[in-house]
Amino acid sequence: MKGFGIIKGLGVTLKHIYDTYAEDIRAGRKRYYTEEGVRQRMTPDTKGIFTVNYPEEKLPTAEAFRYVPFLVYDEVDGEKVPRCTACGICSKVCPSQCIWITRAEDPETGKPIKTPAEFAIDIDLCMNCGYCAEYCPFDAIKMDHDYELAGYERMESNIHKLERLLKPASYYAEIRPVNYALELQIKAEAEAKKAARRRPK
Amino acid sequence: MNEQIKEIKSYEQEVLTRFPDWAEVDQREGFQGLLVDQKNLLAMMESLRDEFGYDHLTSVTGVDYLQEEQMEVVYHLFKSTGGPILEIKVQLPRSNPVVPSLVGLFPGADFQEREAWDLLGIRFEGHPNLKRILMWEGFAGHPLRKDWQEVFYEGEFKPYEDRWPEGKVSKIEDQNPYQENIAYPKGFNPETWIPDGEELLFQGSLPLVQDDPGIETEQLVVNLGPQHPSTHGVFRMVATLEGETVVDLEPVMGYLHRNHEKIGERNTYAMNMPYTDRLDYFCSMSNNFGYALTVEKLLGEKYRPPERAEYIRVIMAELTRVLNHFMAIGFFLNDLGAYFTPALYTIKERELILDIFEAVAGSRMMCNYFRFGGVVRDLPEGMEDHIRKLVYDRLPRQIDELDRYLVENEIVVSRSAGVGVLTPEQAIGLSAVGPVLRASGVPYDIRRAEPYSIYDRFDFDVAVRYHGDVYDRFLIRFDEIRQSIRILQQAIDGLPDGDFLANKAAYKFRMPKGEAYGRVEGPKGELGFYVVSDGTDNPWRYHVRAPSFINLTGLREMSLGEKVADLVAILGSIDIVLGEVDR
Repeated sequence: MKGFGIIKGLGVTLKHIYDTYAEDIRAGRKRYYTEEGVRQRMTPDTKGIFTVNYPEEKLPTAEAFRYVPFLVYDEVDGEKVPRCTACGICSKVCPSQCIWITRAEDPETGKPIKTPAEFAIDIDLCMNCGYCAEYCPFDAIKMDHDYELAGYERMESNIHKLERLLKPASYYAEIRPVNYALELQIKAEAEAKKAARRRPK
Repeated sequence: MNEQIKEIKSYEQEVLTRFPDWAEVDQREGFQGLLVDQKNLLAMMESLRDEFGYDHLTSVTGVDYLQEEQMEVVYHLFKSTGGPILEIKVQLPRSNPVVPSLVGLFPGADFQEREAWDLLGIRFEGHPNLKRILMWEGFAGHPLRKDWQEVFYEGEFKPYEDRWPEGKVSKIEDQNPYQENIAYPKGFNPETWIPDGEELLFQGSLPLVQDDPGIETEQLVVNLGPQHPSTHGVFRMVATLEGETVVDLEPVMGYLHRNHEKIGERNTYAMNMPYTDRLDYFCSMSNNFGYALTVEKLLGEKYRPPERAEYIRVIMAELTRVLNHFMAIGFFLNDLGAYFTPALYTIKERELILDIFEAVAGSRMMCNYFRFGGVVRDLPEGMEDHIRKLVYDRLPRQIDELDRYLVENEIVVSRSAGVGVLTPEQAIGLSAVGPVLRASGVPYDIRRAEPYSIYDRFDFDVAVRYHGDVYDRFLIRFDEIRQSIRILQQAIDGLPDGDFLANKAAYKFRMPKGEAYGRVEGPKGELGFYVVSDGTDNPWRYHVRAPSFINLTGLREMSLGEKVADLVAILGSIDIVLGEVDR
């Protein structure tokens, strides 16, 4: 019969409409504007309305999620000590060459010291590939989860300098708990090995 | 010269025995294939096609050997019945590179020869329409030549030296007095310039045509695009119409051109991986796969990925195929005029797969997940169950629902059945690949024809349809999703424990000299990478054989004699992504 295919197709659309209302009634108020509701919409057996009302609702970011990098600092005696040693590996592996580092110099001897004097990332060039965080041997540069970076102009807000880049290690632990725990474990193991090697002497 | 005799592959030996005088083995270390003199090229290619069955000219490109003062044209051929790739090379003097065009034998060489002329300045004698394709006609120079430099030139190779240890932020465009990334040839005025052959477009119509019953009609030139939602990006079709019937059509592209290949030659090998994401931005995992395989061929056995990595790679590549075909189906319905309801149903499934990519790779679309010798990180906890639920329960159910929803719909059938037909002979001749080739009745799938990674272990069928029309190209995507789901089910069940990366993560590699052509069956067809290494950190030549771009060679053939309203449907059925077409 001509037209049967269309009617069958409309049946599918109708089922989707039915699912939308049925799911809203079944799940009740918690379906919208709650984290639980958003998470439910991400599971393989989700039905009904699928869209997320950004910015009131936000998709939870996965731990691996990566956005423009930041620098990690440790708090030592109330002072910010960046983990960065200005070795330059991140700026060498960067595919879009968006990282500029000035190595600090000892004011008396003029010899380079292991900390950055200036550090800049042009986030308009950054392609969020995550290579800098991947290859950093000191766990000093990490990819962020904060993706709301809209600004009004280009030169000031879109070139992140050292002050803007530095974030505490506790922030890193908060956004990437699994990775952070893993790194602590590796560090502890390496130190235990070192200690074991020293003892026989 | 190297005295030891190179190992010659049996299929190359066959050709050598037939043409003892015309072909010789490429003796350079790390290189394969046969060298042919340009005056014997046409005769040899013809007999390769007719006697040996190498009927599919898959890739044509060139390499600029600056020091040797040589240009090399590289052809890759395969048999549409399966088997390995045959590589033919022609060496030409760099000062005057002229080679006979193969368009007469393989119409699929058309766009690729134009691309080689455009970017490398190799002239193909006898090409019917040898003009620039990605750059514009008034452009100065041939950008892929090694001595060509852009206006915003920073350095020959990355990393640039001014980044460290005394890096001061600066923008290269600020050093350019005019702040324009463009240079014109001498005596060229962009204001008064009209491109060759485009006067007609400005005039609007062609001379009168006397019709049979004595009615005078006019042919009309209509531009579809470049700014039009149906062109899936910035892409233009110049259609010549007689009434509503298309009598000629020329695709115009290059609006999104960024010279991916030149960027790739400035990058180190590892740096190219995130750039490949941006070719076909729906299928970054497949692009990663192709590039990783190619460079692993160069790096050798030491960089063979461990078992677990192979399985993860296959899972990701097949998920990509599923999501791409869902999108292709949805947007094809958009092109037919069923505005966005079907597309949103398919986008929903795609979102669920993108969630997996985000959790695994860190980004929804620009995955950058593959590394040479494996993948960058293991699957996070709980991901296996998530994928299993999706491929065993949800995706099969959803594809069946989509089938009920669309396949028998009378409007879809009457809009697409019998429209835009490509016969199998045409499809092979036009170098079509992927769903376009298979919908024309040629069951060619690289996963079967020349299995890579671990595809030889899985049980699946090569999807094939026989009418070659728009409707079959629409249906074959359903078939392919179903086959991909079969592979996914086997892969997730067989996923072993173990390492996910063969070597310690490295950003520099000791790259031996040589060349490699690696190819994967991407969702849109054969995605090939041709890489020439000169032993340094940066590839000497990096070429992408883009399936979307080469599938467009067949667009004219498909559209001739069709109504102008069907053009949009025909283009939608090829499934192009402009990021890959224009590169």
